[in-house]
Amino acid sequence: MITIQTNKEEDFYIIKVSGEVDASSSIHLDNKIGEIIKTEKKIIVDCNDLQYISSAGLGVFMSYIHEMEEGEIKMVLFGLGSNVKNVFHILGLDQLINMVESKEDAKNLVDAI
Amino acid sequence: MISRTLRIRISFVLGVISFLLMSASGLVITFSKYNDIPTGIPLFLPYLAFIVFFLSLYIFYHYHLGRLKNANLQDLLWKVFVTGLIATILSLGLILFEFLFRNHKVGQNPLFINFIYFLNLGLILAFLLSTFVVWERFIFYQKSKRLVYSWKIFLYLLLLSLFLIFLKIGFGNPIFYIIIGISLIISIYFSVNLKWVAYLNYKQKWKSILLFILVAIYLGYFIKQIWDDSSDSSDVLVLDLFENITTLIIFIFVFVYAITSVLVLLFNLPTSSVFEKKLEEIINFQRLSQSRNTGKNKEEVYEILLESAVSAVMADAAWLDINQPGSLETKQLRYKIKKEDIPDVLEHIPKGKIKKLLSTDPVKNLRTNRYIASIRDYKYRSILVFPIYIQNDSLGTLNLLKEISDGFNDEMIDIIGTFINQASISIENFNLIDAAVENERYKKELNIAKTVQRNLLPTKLEESDFFDIIGYSESADEVGGDYYDIFKINEDKTIIIIGDVSGKGTSAAFHMSQLKGIFHSLVQLQLSPKDFLIYANNALAKGLDKNSFITAAYYIIDRTKGSLLFSRAGHCPTLYYDHSKNSANYFYGIGLGLGIIRNNEFYRYVNIDRIKYNPKDILVLFTDGITEARDVNQEEFGYDRLKNIIVENAELSPDEIKDAIVKAMYSFCGTNALEDDSTLIIIKFKENKT
Repeated sequence: MITIQTNKEEDFYIIKVSGEVDASSSIHLDNKIGEIIKTEKKIIVDCNDLQYISSAGLGVFMSYIHEMEEGEIKMVLFGLGSNVKNVFHILGLDQLINMVESKEDAKNLVDAI
Repeated sequence: MISRTLRIRISFVLGVISFLLMSASGLVITFSKYNDIPTGIPLFLPYLAFIVFFLSLYIFYHYHLGRLKNANLQDLLWKVFVTGLIATILSLGLILFEFLFRNHKVGQNPLFINFIYFLNLGLILAFLLSTFVVWERFIFYQKSKRLVYSWKIFLYLLLLSLFLIFLKIGFGNPIFYIIIGISLIISIYFSVNLKWVAYLNYKQKWKSILLFILVAIYLGYFIKQIWDDSSDSSDVLVLDLFENITTLIIFIFVFVYAITSVLVLLFNLPTSSVFEKKLEEIINFQRLSQSRNTGKNKEEVYEILLESAVSAVMADAAWLDINQPGSLETKQLRYKIKKEDIPDVLEHIPKGKIKKLLSTDPVKNLRTNRYIASIRDYKYRSILVFPIYIQNDSLGTLNLLKEISDGFNDEMIDIIGTFINQASISIENFNLIDAAVENERYKKELNIAKTVQRNLLPTKLEESDFFDIIGYSESADEVGGDYYDIFKINEDKTIIIIGDVSGKGTSAAFHMSQLKGIFHSLVQLQLSPKDFLIYANNALAKGLDKNSFITAAYYIIDRTKGSLLFSRAGHCPTLYYDHSKNSANYFYGIGLGLGIIRNNEFYRYVNIDRIKYNPKDILVLFTDGITEARDVNQEEFGYDRLKNIIVENAELSPDEIKDAIVKAMYSFCGTNALEDDSTLIIIKFKENKT
């Protein structure tokens, strides 16, 4: 199960992903991100309540890397649990996606890059 | 037992012989009587021959006419008619012949008279008995035990009466009248067995009436003839049919049955159309319910529905809207109405004045409700609308139109309801069977994919002089996305790859086969692990889905250098057990999954690790299915558990170590099913022989 909540703080678009992102639920995440990057430039993903992410879930983040670079869209993830972080790390996605501890750090980083 | 054909032949031959015997002996007796030349031929001889002839005829027709089925009821009647026609024509020929010699001396000759009479007798009896047998069949159209018994008694009585011929009981004898009276009663008793009438349609009934009347006319003609012959030359005749009780009984019976048949047929004419209609409804119902078995398709079910509904309510026009799945468009089947007239019809239904709503649902939408409505100022005056449903899915709507107002009664509505129900059951069956067939097809395809994919994994890992190796792979679905392979460059150099395709199932398996192709192409080039991964990334960048990636690790074991070289592309870290230190460690190194970066920047994200291996060291390769296996509390099996098992079991063979890991993993998961494909390869270096 996955729940995706969104809200806007200043000009940051915040996506809160909760639950487990597996092969089936990753489609919702894919649709959401796909929709958001059409309009938003500063995206922050709140992963505090993200318990598990499968390779299909990683595939969602991965598939937008190139698109975001081209569209100069900035995305930062924050609040990843150690398990989830490890999954990103093993795949090497942490080299391509920015991850920080807190929302404040995320906002600062989005503004900095 | 004597076969049917043989019985027919024997009775025929016997009939001919007995007829000849009867005629010959009769003529000889006549001759001797008028010429006073005793011949010694007793009078009972022609009588006996008559009895044999009579019985032979009955037996002949009994077997010759075959069994009665619904289809040949008319045929039998036709046969009777034809037999009668032939007999009548021949008999008329004889009369003409007799007439020509009327005033001649020969015409008065008793021999001549008897000769003509015998021929006539043969014709009359042939017709009479064939008719009798056919009537017998008609009576037994629907048998009952009582009917069979009473008929048997009747037959025995007839047989008995045949022998009365010797007693010469004729007119004036009270027994004669008693027997005639009894036979009349018996005839009436059997004449009520007319069940076959109900199974004829309107046209067949008319035809039967005609044939029965004609048969009755023949009978009348023949009875008149034997009456005339009997009264004209009773004293001359050796054998007078009119004095023969059996013949008279059969005459009476056959005649009475023909007359009652005509009457009953006449009285049944008005109801036959109703009966036919009911029959048609039943047949239509059957067509609807058996459409699947008879190789029909859904289209045809709709066609049958429209056709049956139209005929059941005698609609003047009708159309059937069929919803097309996944589209707002409807397909239309029409009967006697033009497409452009339909909106007109709908417009003329006064919205507020639906005459009768047939379902309890509130009127939300007229197209989803059953109703009868009257139409004002239009060609059609009433409409019956019936939506077709499978559970809650609307299949379409049936619309029936009539040019008269109040054209639909409750019975019609019931029938339409039944038809619609049956049609929707048929359609549902089609859908279910289609789905089952589809499912079966997928299963087969999946099985093929499974076999193909299983074949992509090496069945046996090549043995080596300097290490032992064991592989294990389990798929969560029918087909998995894990891959491992081994390639021996030469005696001293072996290459191993392990990979994991993102996602699982069929698409993962296809990507895995891509990886296998890439591995077997590039491995021969003896590239460094890093270069291999760079090339593989380039190749896969073109072939993978947008969301897909593959993690892989590539190992070169080189005995001459005693080294293990490896690179990791986003794959699980390598677990290495150092025997000298009795400890195991994960080698992370940097790495990035294949297909994540699809340009030439990939090289930045790959590294090479190098380990000097020693005997009894253990190399463990695995996919995340092992470490991410979860228990009921969603806790992961994890890296530490795996590491500890290796350390604890380091002295065992690779096979035993593998078993220990798999066992530990499954007991950890408990009842939880395997969520991801899991693969494990264990390599243990041997003592150096050299």
